[in-house]
Amino acid sequence: MSLDTATVRRVAALARLRLEEQDVARVQGELNGILGWIEQLQAVNTDGVEPMAGGTPGGVAAMPMRKDVVTDGGQAEAVLANAPDREGEYFSVPKVVE
Amino acid sequence: MHPTDFTLAGALAALNEGAISAEELTRAHVAAVEALNPKLNAFITTTSEKALDAARASDARRARGDAGPLEGIPLAIKDLFCTEGVRTTAGSKILGNFIPPYESTVTAQLKRDGAVFLGKANLDEFAMGSSNLTSAYRGVLNPWQRKDDPAARLVPGGSSGGSAAAVAARMALGATGTDTGGSIRQPAAFCGITGIKPTYGRCSRFGIVAFASSLDQAGPFARTVEDCAILLRSMAGHDPKDSTSAAQPVPDFAAACARSVKGMRIGVPREYRLDGMPAEIEKLWRQGLDWLRDAGAEIVDISLPHTKYALPTYYIVAPAEASSNLARYDGVRFGLRVAEKDSDLRDLYESTRAEGFGAEVRRRIMIGTYVLSAGYYDAYYLKAQKIRALIASDFDAAWGKVDAIVTPATPSAAFAEGENADDPVKMYLNDVFTVTANLAGLPGLALPTGLDHQGLPLGLQVIGRAFDEETVFAVGAALERAADFKAVPAMRAGA
Repeated sequence: MSLDTATVRRVAALARLRLEEQDVARVQGELNGILGWIEQLQAVNTDGVEPMAGGTPGGVAAMPMRKDVVTDGGQAEAVLANAPDREGEYFSVPKVVE
Repeated sequence: MHPTDFTLAGALAALNEGAISAEELTRAHVAAVEALNPKLNAFITTTSEKALDAARASDARRARGDAGPLEGIPLAIKDLFCTEGVRTTAGSKILGNFIPPYESTVTAQLKRDGAVFLGKANLDEFAMGSSNLTSAYRGVLNPWQRKDDPAARLVPGGSSGGSAAAVAARMALGATGTDTGGSIRQPAAFCGITGIKPTYGRCSRFGIVAFASSLDQAGPFARTVEDCAILLRSMAGHDPKDSTSAAQPVPDFAAACARSVKGMRIGVPREYRLDGMPAEIEKLWRQGLDWLRDAGAEIVDISLPHTKYALPTYYIVAPAEASSNLARYDGVRFGLRVAEKDSDLRDLYESTRAEGFGAEVRRRIMIGTYVLSAGYYDAYYLKAQKIRALIASDFDAAWGKVDAIVTPATPSAAFAEGENADDPVKMYLNDVFTVTANLAGLPGLALPTGLDHQGLPLGLQVIGRAFDEETVFAVGAALERAADFKAVPAMRAGA
């Protein structure tokens, strides 16, 4: 599968990465190089194979459970300490709703 | 002996005997950092004053009879671990001003056990790279030099290149790293030191800047196998803040280093014999197996048939998880914000991320976004997860026949800046021997066992069963004893 320029622009938009027009062809070439190399995986027979999600040996069943209770909170100042822009106890962003 | 030449175990003994104080030990390492860092760039941030304060506090604890297992040991911390009150950049411009209000679990445990932090070690941006050249804070120079071309700027490997270079150059007795596809083992091999990626879940990921959550795992670097074992014991253990951290007891890994390998079965996977593999790597591998045979181990040929699909599988799984994890860098809650006066929210997101992320990170986010996008998920991501299961089951089958697997750590010695840079896929091939252990969640240790024709270190890798780091340490220590690797890099403290 080879990406056309429209798909490259669409993926950049989905990823919220500004892509300048003069960079589209270069990025397209790089992505197609990687995807062309990945294409060899289609040759592997995976019929009936359960996908492995997560890295835990033994799978999700081996992961410890904890009680579903609040363990932390009430730290607005720490949460906001690195905010690029804030007003009181809120993060500020450009106007979203007209 | 110069205090920077101690092993970690040797320094602990000297501290216990009162032959040196933690303050003296730290002062020697701070001086090494100040002397060498302008050339090597192994640290993004140094914390010399804090380190000396911590060392004095450590001496006071020892005087009270309250010494922890790492009391007074100066370490480098990969700048991917959040450290409370100390800037944590992940090697990225987007986190250039980020000061975490909390401490990662791994670094909190190292501090609990008495360690002293010298600073934050350089790395590839968001741990994505094999050369340390994707760091927004410039590359790291490998302290080793080619015999024929000492002026060539060799890379330390990546992503934990600053950690590996710092330990090799005697700027620290040990360091933390993280390994998603080889980011501890490849730089350890390139810098002639030892590093282990433990079993997935052995160490908590809480407070480590996330790259690919199902593959990321923290581990230590040091100059001996035993020193890695000592550090890992402090780093490991279940953490309620990370549900993927295993509720498994943490054994005395250092004790396992003294175990004999007599009667152990060591697997040699035929698929790791690559076409065009340099003769020196082949020779290093055969030598390692001969040493283990001499020590009483049985060498067994095995097959891991899906090995050749591991790297392309990784380059679906890791970017997919990265694109999801890195969605949090939005210019709103922390980190860089880039916005024009009349920007709307979407402009703010797009400008911040385009300017804050470097080229390799943007490339991987794009790949990840594409393979997860509607219509392509099954063909790429789901397919990769199934092949990942096949790779893991190859290992499961092997554990019926062998107790550990020995392979080369890397397909070459350290390369120079600019080499492998023309094609991303060429750079990705650095991880060909290491990435399988990440996909299968298994422990893998790299250690130096020889030199190439240029006098550069070459390493072997030991892979073990899940949660059987003890066997990995035993085999690694046996190789270490036989190799008796004494070579040192040209650039080092006290040289």
